[in-house]
Amino acid sequence: MSSKLKNIFFVLVSILIGFVIAGVILKLGGFDPFEAYKIMFLGIFSKLSYVSYTIIKSTPIILTGLSVAFAFKTGLFNIGAEGQFIIGATATAYAGYFLNLPSYIQIPTILLIGVVAAGLWGGVAGFLKSRFGIHEVISTIMLNWIALYLQNYIVMLPGFRKPESEASFDINASGSITILENWKYSDAGVAFLDLHPLIGDFLRPPFNAGIFIAFLAALIIYYILNKTTMGYQLRAVGFNKHAAEYGGINVRKNMITAMFISGGLAGLAGSLHVMGVSKNIAILAATEGYGFDGIAVALIGGNSPLGCVLSGFLFGGLKYSGAKIQSAMEAPSEIISIMIGIIVFFMAIPKLFKILSELKLKKLSKLSKLQK
Amino acid sequence: MKEKENKDQHQNQNKNSSPNPGPNQNSTQKSQVTVEMKNITKVFGNFVANDNISITVHKGEVHALLGENGAGKSTLMNLLYGIYQPTHGEIFINGQRVDLDNPSVAIGLGIGMVHQHFMLVPIFTVAENIVLGQEPLLHNLNMSLAPLDMKKAIESVEDISKKFGLTINPLTKIQDLTVGQQQRVEILKMLYRGAEILILDEPTAVLTPQEITELAKIIKNLSAQGKSIIIITHKLKEIKEMADYCTVIRRGKYIDTLHVPSCTEQDLAQKMVGRDVILKVPKKDATSGRPILKIENLKVKDNRGLLAVNGFNLEVCSGEILGLIGVDGNGQSELVEAITGLRKVESGGQVYINGAPITNKTPREVFLHKIATIPEDRQKHGLVLDFSIEENMILQTHGDPSFSSKIGMLNHKSITDFANKLISKFDIRPANHLALARNLSGGNQQKIIIAREITHNPDLLIAVQPTRGLDVGAIEYVHRSLIEQRDNGKAVFLVSLELDEVLNVADRIAVIYHGQIVAIFKADQTDENQIGVLMGGGGSGGGASGGKR
Amino acid sequence: MFSDIALILGTTLMYSTPLIFTALGGVISEKSGVVNIGLEGMMTIGAFIGATVGYFTGNPWIALLAAGSAAMVLALFHAIASIHFAADQVISGMAINFLGPGISIFLCRIFFDGTTMSLSIPLDQKIPRPLNGFFAQNSFFDLIFNQYATVYLAFVLMAIIWFVLYKTRLGLRMQAVGEHPKAADSLGISVYKIRYIAVLCSGFLAGIGGASMALSVVSNFRPTLISGQGFIALAAIIFGKWKPQGATLACLLFGGAQAFVIFLGNPQVGVNISSQLLAMIPYILTILILMGFVGRTNAPAAVGVPFEKH
Repeated sequence: MSSKLKNIFFVLVSILIGFVIAGVILKLGGFDPFEAYKIMFLGIFSKLSYVSYTIIKSTPIILTGLSVAFAFKTGLFNIGAEGQFIIGATATAYAGYFLNLPSYIQIPTILLIGVVAAGLWGGVAGFLKSRFGIHEVISTIMLNWIALYLQNYIVMLPGFRKPESEASFDINASGSITILENWKYSDAGVAFLDLHPLIGDFLRPPFNAGIFIAFLAALIIYYILNKTTMGYQLRAVGFNKHAAEYGGINVRKNMITAMFISGGLAGLAGSLHVMGVSKNIAILAATEGYGFDGIAVALIGGNSPLGCVLSGFLFGGLKYSGAKIQSAMEAPSEIISIMIGIIVFFMAIPKLFKILSELKLKKLSKLSKLQK
Repeated sequence: MKEKENKDQHQNQNKNSSPNPGPNQNSTQKSQVTVEMKNITKVFGNFVANDNISITVHKGEVHALLGENGAGKSTLMNLLYGIYQPTHGEIFINGQRVDLDNPSVAIGLGIGMVHQHFMLVPIFTVAENIVLGQEPLLHNLNMSLAPLDMKKAIESVEDISKKFGLTINPLTKIQDLTVGQQQRVEILKMLYRGAEILILDEPTAVLTPQEITELAKIIKNLSAQGKSIIIITHKLKEIKEMADYCTVIRRGKYIDTLHVPSCTEQDLAQKMVGRDVILKVPKKDATSGRPILKIENLKVKDNRGLLAVNGFNLEVCSGEILGLIGVDGNGQSELVEAITGLRKVESGGQVYINGAPITNKTPREVFLHKIATIPEDRQKHGLVLDFSIEENMILQTHGDPSFSSKIGMLNHKSITDFANKLISKFDIRPANHLALARNLSGGNQQKIIIAREITHNPDLLIAVQPTRGLDVGAIEYVHRSLIEQRDNGKAVFLVSLELDEVLNVADRIAVIYHGQIVAIFKADQTDENQIGVLMGGGGSGGGASGGKR
Repeated sequence: MFSDIALILGTTLMYSTPLIFTALGGVISEKSGVVNIGLEGMMTIGAFIGATVGYFTGNPWIALLAAGSAAMVLALFHAIASIHFAADQVISGMAINFLGPGISIFLCRIFFDGTTMSLSIPLDQKIPRPLNGFFAQNSFFDLIFNQYATVYLAFVLMAIIWFVLYKTRLGLRMQAVGEHPKAADSLGISVYKIRYIAVLCSGFLAGIGGASMALSVVSNFRPTLISGQGFIALAAIIFGKWKPQGATLACLLFGGAQAFVIFLGNPQVGVNISSQLLAMIPYILTILILMGFVGRTNAPAAVGVPFEKH
């Protein structure tokens, strides 16, 4: 087996183990795991609106996953996707409310503002590492909290805060990327969708263009990493910064670039979330976990862009459908976090599989000896 | 694995290897056998590191274990120290058959090992390192949470160091000691554990000539006190100086055991390599030309902020190999890093290439001045191990028009073509441009670097310890490549810790000591004694006498 | 004025305590060479088990022990992965951070009728305040020193851990294992055994840390109770240069900043600064102070590097 196939096999086995152990835990908790998995499966695939919701849920974590994976590829551990997401969302929400340009300008503008703001936020961690040697894990944890309080501060700014609420005003409609948002509630839209219930069902959730942008981002990241000199340099620094430096590559610059791009991707997730789903930002008591989910997505996706897209869908589907076992059979939806924890745990110990396969080989060779 | 004819071989061996009668010293008690390893085989995966090796050591004997890099010497001794367990074979200590499951067992039996890479905790004091694992405890409470009795520890260390004449301050931290002193701590550590059998793994590799003499004295002293000592080495001269007996192994196989006083260095070399050794690389006389590299009054600080290079002057000319020799840690690494732009040059110093100043330029700018480098640590600086061969080939040139477009897209086809050309020209194996550098042998990894650097067609090639850890074949290859560069009219700056290498390959030899050149010789007008003294800081005078011949 | 200072100091102690327990555990684990980024998850399960056992038994001490043990079980997984299977310790720790909160809330829903919040523990069944009534109520000393027993325990533990690390055989060996595991191994010290001890201790202490949050600072478990404190403890370890006393000081700094924010947030104080901006201060401060350390690391040399025996 080639090493790539081996890795894929290894991921699939980890996922399988995750499902099995989570099933056992459900059983121990007094719930029928088969019933639960059936509900989850049907909860994703039985209706087009469910599929639509799954896609919406998956979009941000595909992007935060890409963000973390990109950083990993360049030798950095970006725990800060969380904060970069927040900054992207905040910047886009702010710009989206105060700017009101024609859609075709408004959308790219506020998106870009979010991405750049978050990129700079990530770049700070890159700068702190390259200039002061502060480990990015520590600086990004700190930056996550600073981002959270910054968002809370900005939400509450007079003129931006929606009175009597803990949220900001919605962004102007010109910045929305929700697909056919106005049309689907117009008379013509309602009439059309009544005639075509499948399409209507699919469009009922705030389905938006985010997923296509996420795909595009994955494609671009793939190209940057593998087909460009910039990607070559970033990977060289990631694998061995000493050799990169010896080879004349500017390590400091590349660290900052890497964190800028990584931050920008997480910020893109936040911006798209605001533009396509939430339309505003609100006071946060704690981080929402998009960044942490991104870490799991990146790990399960083997840090490859395509892998992140696939594991992002898996993860999004699990999170979305996991909530349904709560309502349908009162089984705690947190079983999903447990399952993901188990998958990540097994991903951390490839050696276990190596040992197991060696044991199996030994047994086989013993058997063949006995037969002789 | 095939377990063929073990017995036959064993018998053969016994015939060949005339069991040692013990050192020919006057005392009879010394003939007592302390270590006997019988028919030892050790297999790692598919690799046979030791293939049916036997060795016998007596009390008070200094026994050398000779072999090339990778011959299996260290593996054999790690088996004796309980770090590995043999796949087949038996070990006897003082006549008792033993199973050495881990180092504790070996230590308990009076076996001590000084590893090539010292096993010392840098932030601990000498005393803490020595007692670690057998710490004296207050009130002799034998439990994990018992408080340490550091006073007693310090006393014990002072006692042993007095007894064996190894002076050291028990309260100094390891990180503040010289390499030679650290080695003493290692030896003391074993003596503290009551070691009667001492294994020293390549003990002279990191020492100055003076420290080597010192070590030889310590070893004599220890053997006189009845310790059995096994020295792992590939340095013939030191075997002649220190050892009574010498067992030679080659590619994991036992070759012979020789009585050292009755054989020559040439005998030893021939046994080690398995053929007559050409000690000299054939080369024409140098036809040196204009100066390429010129270094003036260079001052460079090390990581601790001390001046490691302190007023360094040198010229390297086209068509010559200048060998810089010195004991490790005399500023060589800092010097090279300063030239190549990785380390800051203090004000006042200048580096010129072809007359143009390159002082404090970035590594990229230095490279563009036609300087290529074979770095000291190929895995750390020379290669990105997780890159393929072809990706490693373009480490400096990936941005060149031949490999990438104006907008920064890599041209994979031309990169692959380029890599394949070099792979066949330099005979890199496996001949697969997509193979990861990590999966190549040390020799082939070095070939990638040499291929890449020479292909840049540099005016100056800097080679830092280019043969470190390579086997004989690969060493010859590297040396020939350097000479070829020279013959093409290029300047070659060879920085080496191996005196033999410099004497063989270089046209001029500069000796560095404490960050300064202490002397420069023509290679054929000096010898290892003269240079050896200078390397250790002896024979003051000389100064930076001959900047040019 | 004085009572304000006393109030801030008292609050500092209270809010620092969970961090101190957790950071002390982290110091032990990292000293032995195992990165424990899973502190957050271990704290969370400690908080939940502490609150739940406290609620059902009415005995805060049993609750504290149960919390430590539960987190220790989680730590065992991290230990097995990092020590025996040479796992990437950061990834394994992240897995713990998914598992800890997941299991806690999962069980919470089972024990507390589907809610994610445990029921409150009556005041007299929380961790006691041993010095209650010793000083006059709301006097200067009362405001500072009339604390939950866990506060004192944290400081006693700091002293004990300092002693163990620097003055005992176990401590010497633990440091050796974290600095140069091969050297320790070559002297017959079991690297695995010592790392197991260290990681399990670390889990136990993180559990106590979480429980001290649930059993003293508040009186129940809720999903946002820990939110990020495990990571703060992690920062405190680095900040405190991997020393028990240093980490404790760093935790006090974080606790102090938090207390300050609470104090200034009190409308009666009448300071007109956004509490959100104030809340950023400790995190900004951490970054600024770390910037001052440029290039200096005191991390154990082998931290995060798996040790593999042949």
